[in-house]
Amino acid sequence: MSRVATARGRSSLAPSIAFTVLALILAIGAYVIAGFGKRGHLPATFALYVTIFAAGYAGALIAIRVLAPRADPALFPTAAVLVGLGFAMIFRLSGGLAAEQATWVIVGLIAFGATLLVVRDARMLDSYTYTIGLIGLLLLLLPVAPGIGRTINGARLWVQIGPIGFQPAEIGKVLIVIFLASYLTQKRELLQVATSRIGPFRLPPAKHLGPVLLAWGASLAILFIQRDLGASLLYFGIFVVMLWVATGRAAYLVIGLILFVIGAYAGWLLFDHVQLRVDIWLHALDPKKVFELGYGQLAQAEFGMASGGIVGTGLGQGSPGLIPFASTDFIFAAIGEELGLLGTTAVLLLYIVLVGKGLRIALRTQDAFSKLLAVGLSALVAIQAFVIVGGVTRVIPLTGVTLPFVSYGGSSLISNFVLLALLVRVSSGPLAPRTT
Amino acid sequence: MDRQIKTLGVALLVLFLIVFAQVNYIQVFAADRISSNPANAKRQLIAEYKVDRGSILASDGATVLASSRKSPGDLRFQRRYPHAELYAHETGFYSFVFGRSELEASFNDYLAGDAAELLPQTLTDLILGRPKRGATIVSTLDPAIQEAAEQAAASESGEVAIAAIDPGSGDVLALYSEPSYDPNLLASQDPKVVRDAWDALNADPDKPLLSKASDELFPPGSTFKLVTASAALENGFGPDSLWPNPNQLDLPLTDATIQNFGGGTCSGGSQITMAEALRQSCNVVFGGIGLALGPEKLAAEARKYGFTAEAGDDLVPFDIPWTSGVFPAPETFEGRDPAVAISAIGQQDVAANPLQMALVAGAIGNGGVEMQPRLVTEARDPSGRVVAEFGPKEFSQPLSPQNAADLTQMMVSVVQSGTGTAAQIPGVTVAGKTGTAQHGEGANPHAWFVCFAPAEAPVVAVAVIVLDGGSLGSEATGGQVAAPIAKQVVEAALGV
Repeated sequence: MSRVATARGRSSLAPSIAFTVLALILAIGAYVIAGFGKRGHLPATFALYVTIFAAGYAGALIAIRVLAPRADPALFPTAAVLVGLGFAMIFRLSGGLAAEQATWVIVGLIAFGATLLVVRDARMLDSYTYTIGLIGLLLLLLPVAPGIGRTINGARLWVQIGPIGFQPAEIGKVLIVIFLASYLTQKRELLQVATSRIGPFRLPPAKHLGPVLLAWGASLAILFIQRDLGASLLYFGIFVVMLWVATGRAAYLVIGLILFVIGAYAGWLLFDHVQLRVDIWLHALDPKKVFELGYGQLAQAEFGMASGGIVGTGLGQGSPGLIPFASTDFIFAAIGEELGLLGTTAVLLLYIVLVGKGLRIALRTQDAFSKLLAVGLSALVAIQAFVIVGGVTRVIPLTGVTLPFVSYGGSSLISNFVLLALLVRVSSGPLAPRTT
Repeated sequence: MDRQIKTLGVALLVLFLIVFAQVNYIQVFAADRISSNPANAKRQLIAEYKVDRGSILASDGATVLASSRKSPGDLRFQRRYPHAELYAHETGFYSFVFGRSELEASFNDYLAGDAAELLPQTLTDLILGRPKRGATIVSTLDPAIQEAAEQAAASESGEVAIAAIDPGSGDVLALYSEPSYDPNLLASQDPKVVRDAWDALNADPDKPLLSKASDELFPPGSTFKLVTASAALENGFGPDSLWPNPNQLDLPLTDATIQNFGGGTCSGGSQITMAEALRQSCNVVFGGIGLALGPEKLAAEARKYGFTAEAGDDLVPFDIPWTSGVFPAPETFEGRDPAVAISAIGQQDVAANPLQMALVAGAIGNGGVEMQPRLVTEARDPSGRVVAEFGPKEFSQPLSPQNAADLTQMMVSVVQSGTGTAAQIPGVTVAGKTGTAQHGEGANPHAWFVCFAPAEAPVVAVAVIVLDGGSLGSEATGGQVAAPIAKQVVEAALGV
């Protein structure tokens, strides 16, 4: 038995049960309070949703014990609190959406268990580098396909096949991260070699720069064709971060940054909607513009958060219904209104814990692919959360992506549970460790 | 790779800290500024209308002047005024388009539950998840007297405004002005109804939103002789002091004269007492008294009664916005002696309204002590506990007790055998003073009557104005038109 495996051992049962029970209490508590706040009595759906969450979280706990016994005990509960908080907020906004979200929680937890069951060793994913990469790319491009692609809210992100509509890019993101982890692990030595210098930066041979430029081009294509600013930023950010971590070459960060600036500036020059986004970002609360649609929408999010103050209006007591897309892109503002600074701080802390856990797992993992996979998945959660939370709070121009684990949406929630399962898998190591 | 992962962790942490700083800025430091953005009106309204706003009750603690009831729309509570126009000038309106007025504005802290006294209640409601509830305020308005005032006003075809106070406490028992308005229309949750009502009210030349009993000003005419007589008494001229009684008063510096009402000479010889002059309401004599006292003494006495030098200055404190009477600063009379004489009989530069004149009558009846007018006595939390009491306050002492008793006697004569006999009530001694105020060439005079009763221990002081002579037009006098109305209000207050 290797030293690493000994150090990990089988994690004790108590913390993981305690954390999961705590997550369950927080989720159900928020939901019940929202019910009281909204109607003044216990929600009629109480028994149903409590059963779903209790059984679902217990099931996930059992799956982790059986399939990933050495997993980090706090990983799942941290995400479970975010899911519960999001559900309470969605329930508070709309009973109908909550019913759908509850369904997605069930499906997501099944996907979580299934991923743990199928991926018994993270390293097995390393064997399908290009298959996974190709599927990921196809999923990303699927909405552009004529006939099945749908444009909703100005972005071509949806695929409609029969009655089922979904956003293939959500699961595509996870596949792309797996592909990058695999690809970069194989090529990192080549990409590390420096043959030329620009200023203080040593550059690898030009032919190895190809992938960087390719990723940049793909990101721009997403921006140009799908008009999806958020996804474009997200993919390129993930790619550059993983490339930098894999090679240790700061030059990639610099080149990436320069390419990003060029791309962003070109996008700003070429597209009205990008210019509008920037102007909305800068002038959302300008009394001369605030009554226009885009400005007003972002302004409503600010009003919601401002009215929440430190402790919030209380679940069910505010008016988050005035915030546009309150259950999806703007859910952070809705939380800010009803749970106040305490609520938004809690959400930020939960992401810091989740991402911190993910990076810690990466540090503890010896295998380069698993290490890079954990980094990529953690960075994906972190960057996506920052893009939307930063956008809603006007730190950066708003681009529409979901808040991981919190926002309403099936594709997003299921993909996040798959991502979480992969992190759990990496933290636990292979299911059947080789005994010496 | 590990070094990069650690650096990445720090970088991501910094990103989240930036967001955390920004969230603090939005939710704490700039929260008020962001919330006051013009585009945020709806959220503020929804929050405001989430409060179960407290009721406004009449002095009996039972009659509801304003209350809230649940509403199905975005605005969860709707304001109701069960008596529509009757108390509109005192309750004011609570409109989501045009804000608040009168008591709805001045006692908003209590009604909306924001007053410090209500904090325990508010916290309990917050913890129990109940809607925030405001305090109920109890007003001094007496439904029997207010309704009597409305009926008495309705019996006269002209526009009438009435004020009735309790001289001992300053409590405003009735305050009624025609025409009034229905605050329910302005409190509607349908913006079109609100705007239509608002436009109609503002276009109405009779200005229904303003109370003629307390907001607008009119020449008080001979009722102001009570102030002039007070100044004379306070300056050593007793009720029996003798004054020249010509058939007209030649005004210095001009060819103008002051004449008595009807143009004759007051009976009683070439010199008559001040008491006799008041009983007959002799303009000539009181013009002379005014000239003898001079503008300083007249103005000083008027100030004690609450008359301000300019409209809107140093008002007598009151629970809702109002306009005290006006008597100009003495300097403005320099070189204008005729104006002194004319002002002494309540014309030209002098102005008042029924509330101001009720305060004057009340002070005389109250042994010379003028009480601040009071409209609200207490605030009660939703469980009925009294959380704030607003006690009576003295405003001033315009008369010594002796002078007050003397002036009361003079006013009793006015009702017993003078110009105010129409206000007589069998078995009750009424002290009063009539007024017939000219205002502008060709306009019919305003008819006034102010009084208090019973004279020996008054429980009510009433002032009535009938604009433009009412049904009698140019023939109107205060004694004929206004006194009968005042009498009905006094009777209601005395329960006879």
